[in-house]
Amino acid sequence: MHAHNPYLPELATVKEVIQETHNIRTLRIVLDDEEKMRRFVFRPGQVGQLSVFGVGESTFVINSPPSCKEYLQFSVMRAGEVTQRIHQLSAGDPIGVRAPLGNGFCFEELKGKDILFVGGGIGMAPLRTLLLHMIDHRADYGDIMIIYGARSPQDLCYRYEFDKWREGKVDLVLTVDSEFPGWKGRVGFVPTVLTEEAPSPHNRVAIVCGPPIMIKFVLFNLKELGFQSDQILTTLEKRMKCGIGICGRCNIGTNYVCVDGPVFSVAQLQGMVPEL
Amino acid sequence: MSEIYIAKDKFPSVLGQLMGKCPVFGPVLQGKFHEFGRLERPEDVDLGYGNTRLSPKALFHPQAEKMFDFSLSKGDPEAGILKETPKDFRPRVILGIRPCDARAFQLDDRNFDTDSVRDPWWVRRRETTTLVGLACNTPGSTCFCTSVGTGPFDKTGLDVLMVDVGEGYLFQASTKKGEEFLAGLSAGEAVSGSVAEKADALKKGAEGSMGTQFSVDAIVQNPTLDLFNAAFWDEVQFSCINCGTCTFVCPTCWCFDIQDEVYQEKGSRIRLWDSCMFPLFTFHGSGHNPRSQKLQRVRQRFMHKLKYYPEKYKGGVACVGCGRCVRQCPVNIDIRHVARLMSASCVCPT
Repeated sequence: MHAHNPYLPELATVKEVIQETHNIRTLRIVLDDEEKMRRFVFRPGQVGQLSVFGVGESTFVINSPPSCKEYLQFSVMRAGEVTQRIHQLSAGDPIGVRAPLGNGFCFEELKGKDILFVGGGIGMAPLRTLLLHMIDHRADYGDIMIIYGARSPQDLCYRYEFDKWREGKVDLVLTVDSEFPGWKGRVGFVPTVLTEEAPSPHNRVAIVCGPPIMIKFVLFNLKELGFQSDQILTTLEKRMKCGIGICGRCNIGTNYVCVDGPVFSVAQLQGMVPEL
Repeated sequence: MSEIYIAKDKFPSVLGQLMGKCPVFGPVLQGKFHEFGRLERPEDVDLGYGNTRLSPKALFHPQAEKMFDFSLSKGDPEAGILKETPKDFRPRVILGIRPCDARAFQLDDRNFDTDSVRDPWWVRRRETTTLVGLACNTPGSTCFCTSVGTGPFDKTGLDVLMVDVGEGYLFQASTKKGEEFLAGLSAGEAVSGSVAEKADALKKGAEGSMGTQFSVDAIVQNPTLDLFNAAFWDEVQFSCINCGTCTFVCPTCWCFDIQDEVYQEKGSRIRLWDSCMFPLFTFHGSGHNPRSQKLQRVRQRFMHKLKYYPEKYKGGVACVGCGRCVRQCPVNIDIRHVARLMSASCVCPT
């Protein structure tokens, strides 16, 4: 009959909370049903709905890599009612999760290519899952460069694992908006640093995520560097409710970001109505 | 498919017997307006009505509906476990629904019941409901069903079509559910030639009175981005006050919100009708809003109905021409006018 109710969250438990920045926390959660946790599979870039019972649901990318079977990781920026309450959770607290949802990255098509990640602030979360997946399968990919920026050194997420990323033979370029005492990385906005680094577009795919204003100028500068629209991927944000393409609010024209996205190529976006 | 005739003087007793077998819903006069409601007595139903003020979509997709209940009580071993709210899924009959509104449910099915995901409540209610429709002998002045692929005598969305032929009703079954419904009725006479002729004449008269008011095909052929960027949206949106009435009365507006409500130590996850007319509909937690402007919201509504929907589902606009939004818009925005603008051969800004 109607055994599965797509609106019903799985029960899960918060295992660990990491304070990333003053307004971003990372939650590592485990499904209570051990069998389901073991069998849980997803693609890098897919999202999940986190539920705080009595408050509501919100959508976040699963930012752990598919190879990680111990927990699912979500990074949450405090912004509204649900995220406020998620920030109050600590290890041992219950949480609901509906996942995986959405399309994820077409990582199969990226094999053999050089990769450029461009991230800003919390926008590093969806890039992290793909980055770690690529490091897991390092031989499948060519050169990997990351340009990651935030307002200040304290606003960079995942600082504690940057060294590990570098061990995976990736070129990590960090930048902050202005000078800070003790900061040894680059200073300047992400689009500017991108132009200065000038990675070659030859056989390369750029994957971009960050605040809308950053994306706008990064896309412009990528084109200046010779990247074609089908060489650029981005993940989109929308207010979402059902997460399964029914409730009707996250559409861009005929596409629902929760089902047809959140990952789109710039070539796809150019054929869609400009309502980002 | 079978058909029967029931004289009007016998109809109340037939309806009474039907109501003894299962819940029956129909158009009921409430104050100044007709609304769909559960019939308590056979005389509650008013089959002389034009159409209801609200569409009957609430019978499948209530304006506010509990999805899950949960306890937040500390120490309760079941605290935080969402349990599906029990609902009444007994077989039921909706009597006297208009053909356009029944057709609308089929358009909505494409959203709620897909290959990849099925909305459990919508699907279950659709399965357990028999739709007995009432043909429109005299379509209203704001009706335009014949322009959008349905009609005053359209059986497509119905299990049974009823035609008021004066002294009685002609019942024509068009599905297996409809056949079963007719077989279960206690009375019913063979359909005489004169009744069949009269029904046919009524059908021709009703359809002939409407004509085609705009071309859906022309809208489908116009490129999406040309329509999106058309200059006429500025004129269309000018008087709109974003009240959302059009979306709430529309049988093919299904968008909803999901909210948790808590009272003391008990909570419910509920879903509520929402509207693309409201800025909050698309408002991000970050403060960004992809449809912050009224023009964007007005355009979304018409583009969804007349362009995105046919493009996504390959056919059929998400409008059945019931005319409710035309009648009830406080600033007289008329979807027929907008459809004509969208179907113009050139919509380029001049």
